[in-house]
Amino acid sequence: MVSIEDYGEFQTTWCPGCGNFPILASVKTALAEMGVAPSEVMIASGIGQAAKLPHYMNCHMFNGLHGRVLPLAQGMKLANPDMRVLCVSGDGCSYGEGGNHFLAAIRRNLDITLLVHDNQIYGLTKGQASPTSALGHVTKTQPTGVRSAPFNPIATAVAMKANFVARAFSGEPEHLVSVIKEAMDHPGFALVDILQPCVSFNKVNTFGWYKERTYLLKDHDASDWGAAMAVADEFGDRIPLGVIYRNDREAFPLGKRLACSEYDRNDLKAVMQSYT
Amino acid sequence: MNENGTNIVVGGAAGQGLATIGRLMSRAAVRAGYHLLVDQRYMSRVRGGHNTFGMRVGTEPLYGPAEGIDILVALNEETLELHRGELAEGAIVLAGEEIDTGGLNALRIPFKKLAPKPLFHNTVALGVLGATLCNDVAILEALLAETFAKKGEEVVRANVDVVRAAFEWVSEQAFDFSCIMPPEPDAPTRMMVNGNEAIALGALAAGCNFVSFYPMTPSTSVAQALIDKGAPLGLVHEQAEDEIAAANMAVGASYAGARALVTTSGGGFALMGEGVSLAGVSETPMVFVVAQRPGPATGMATRTEQGDLDLVVHAGHGEFPRAVLAPADPEQCFHLAHRAFDLAESFQTPVFLLTDQYLADSYRDVEPFDIDGLPPVARPMTEAEEGYKRYVLTEDGVSPRLVPGPSTPLVRADSHEHDEAGRITEDGMNRVVQNSKRLDKGFGLEDEVVDPDYYGEDAPDVLLLCWGSSLGACLDAMDRAETDKTMAVLHFSQVYPLCESLFLDDLEKAGTVVSVEGNATGQFAKLVARETGFQVDEYVLRFDGRPLTAEYVLAGLNGII
Repeated sequence: MVSIEDYGEFQTTWCPGCGNFPILASVKTALAEMGVAPSEVMIASGIGQAAKLPHYMNCHMFNGLHGRVLPLAQGMKLANPDMRVLCVSGDGCSYGEGGNHFLAAIRRNLDITLLVHDNQIYGLTKGQASPTSALGHVTKTQPTGVRSAPFNPIATAVAMKANFVARAFSGEPEHLVSVIKEAMDHPGFALVDILQPCVSFNKVNTFGWYKERTYLLKDHDASDWGAAMAVADEFGDRIPLGVIYRNDREAFPLGKRLACSEYDRNDLKAVMQSYT
Repeated sequence: MNENGTNIVVGGAAGQGLATIGRLMSRAAVRAGYHLLVDQRYMSRVRGGHNTFGMRVGTEPLYGPAEGIDILVALNEETLELHRGELAEGAIVLAGEEIDTGGLNALRIPFKKLAPKPLFHNTVALGVLGATLCNDVAILEALLAETFAKKGEEVVRANVDVVRAAFEWVSEQAFDFSCIMPPEPDAPTRMMVNGNEAIALGALAAGCNFVSFYPMTPSTSVAQALIDKGAPLGLVHEQAEDEIAAANMAVGASYAGARALVTTSGGGFALMGEGVSLAGVSETPMVFVVAQRPGPATGMATRTEQGDLDLVVHAGHGEFPRAVLAPADPEQCFHLAHRAFDLAESFQTPVFLLTDQYLADSYRDVEPFDIDGLPPVARPMTEAEEGYKRYVLTEDGVSPRLVPGPSTPLVRADSHEHDEAGRITEDGMNRVVQNSKRLDKGFGLEDEVVDPDYYGEDAPDVLLLCWGSSLGACLDAMDRAETDKTMAVLHFSQVYPLCESLFLDDLEKAGTVVSVEGNATGQFAKLVARETGFQVDEYVLRFDGRPLTAEYVLAGLNGII
């Protein structure tokens, strides 16, 4: 029996009211409800406020480099396939610095889950535009407003027929817990884009802004790719939450746990022999 | 005729199959008991361009490539035009009868007569070359049978018939070429491997079970050999989306218990810099193979250089220990690749194997690698007591490394500065303690440094200082130098860290120290100066993209010896 207490309580460096708190609580709740013990999950993270999450709970963890959480996590899964692998990072890390890895991870379809804390701003570096900031969003470093069109991670993932694509909101923690559980149980690569307010640096996309616009998807057939593309395109006055697309493409094949594998000496000798 | 063996060059356009002819002839020569040294030169093109496959075969051990061609196999007109000036005394040209060989000593091969189908023309060339070299036709027949076994008996028989016809044709020709006497028929079995294959084999022997890479000449064949030979045994491999991913993937795999290797060349390695630093701070064992080619930037993709020593010694921001190994030949590639895994695990830090295009592609005959004689390789723990801390302070700076498992204590790795438990912290005192702990591992690494090799007379008039693949050219040059002066060669197969107690005396006792390197700025000589204060007297540097040869070194020593 795994309880949420097993995951511990730690002091954080997050601002009071930050959306990261309910996300952390939801991760712990989801794992506990799934019966996954702290030693049965490896959490990889990148760099950013969100990426500090594994420091604030009990788990195997590797807090890696900015943008590189996905390659790091995929290496972990390939070497230790019996463990659950969860990736946690923000929108800048996952979609900006790590954009190429995001595309490759969807294609590779390893059985890992990516949780993106998407607050549409760079928080750790104090308020610059992120890949998901809206057109015209004014920041100190974009004083005339953002000129690049926002990246739509959901539409991209659906277009690439990722195995599992969902959106959640830190203000709907019960729903978030259920989506995380579903994502982790779905074979192959799973994306959960989690909308969250940045109380310090995003004065546009506030808690109220998200609360007003988000709604839970009903009667949506997530196995219908065309319907999923239409839902994925919706981001504005109304923002859908829920499982948007589900695919059953075969996950990347995994082998044995490498830490426990040794080559047979005779096999190695045969390899050497093949060069005579 | 060269004194040290026969120098053979097969030249033609890419796609003409010259590498196949070269590899088969090389293997036949090794099976016949000859010593072999291959120097492949190719252009960065899939078709066309001018490529050569150079082989030196001899009955005595060979060290480096040579200039001066004894047998030129010209698969096209251009080969003859480009290389006729390099023909040695007594040389012979083997070319199709349609190629005008002028007044040269030549065998003009009637390809169409010997094999009506163009598909078999390479086998004709192989047969004519083999016969000219006085090779035993049975060796080539056996080799063709193995090579084409998968294509069926008919293909094997057709190739064997063609090679026999070629031998017969040569026996009917009157021509002037004295081949070196074949070695004793009972010569012991030898392997034929190039530098990259030897690295892959050394890695496999060390238990390497993970490779991630992004294809880049001349490093790709390390991954290729690992995949060919290792995947059937359980090695996990993945071609990453870029070099950044390749490096980070391997760090993740290593954290989770794999023995991980990454292979790349200069440009790709430049992208891996942050990953190197990550391995350093997170104390994750990593082996990086960097096969050098001329830079800056894209440089000359398929040529050779020793220009990335500075890059590899300094790669990665921040301060952390590392070891840089620079093998001279395939034997050292094998043993140092094996050693790299032990060092990486023992000191939990990145270890580099620095080679170059010349060595990567250079086939040699080697004594079969002895798996049983290898020392054990350090391994991480798979179990630990409760209260385990990943970065616990120890006397030598090495914290026992635990692989995360479903019933182990938690393993926390971090790219930030962290405390003993792996938790992020900006505490100043902790920073000093953890940074010092990591650097302390460098003292242990220094105790494990590979001794430089010294060849020749003590306190010589002239000492050639070299590293990595330049050894062969230096030894050959010393051997062939016509001088009254005494000479010696000091070779480093580990270029970082440097321990002056192992070599400074040798440098100081020599009259003139000449740095021989495949780069334009004498990077190793400068590293030696930085670490020891010792300044070399002279330089022989090559940076035209071609490998150092004895002839080149001797020309550079003009006025010194």
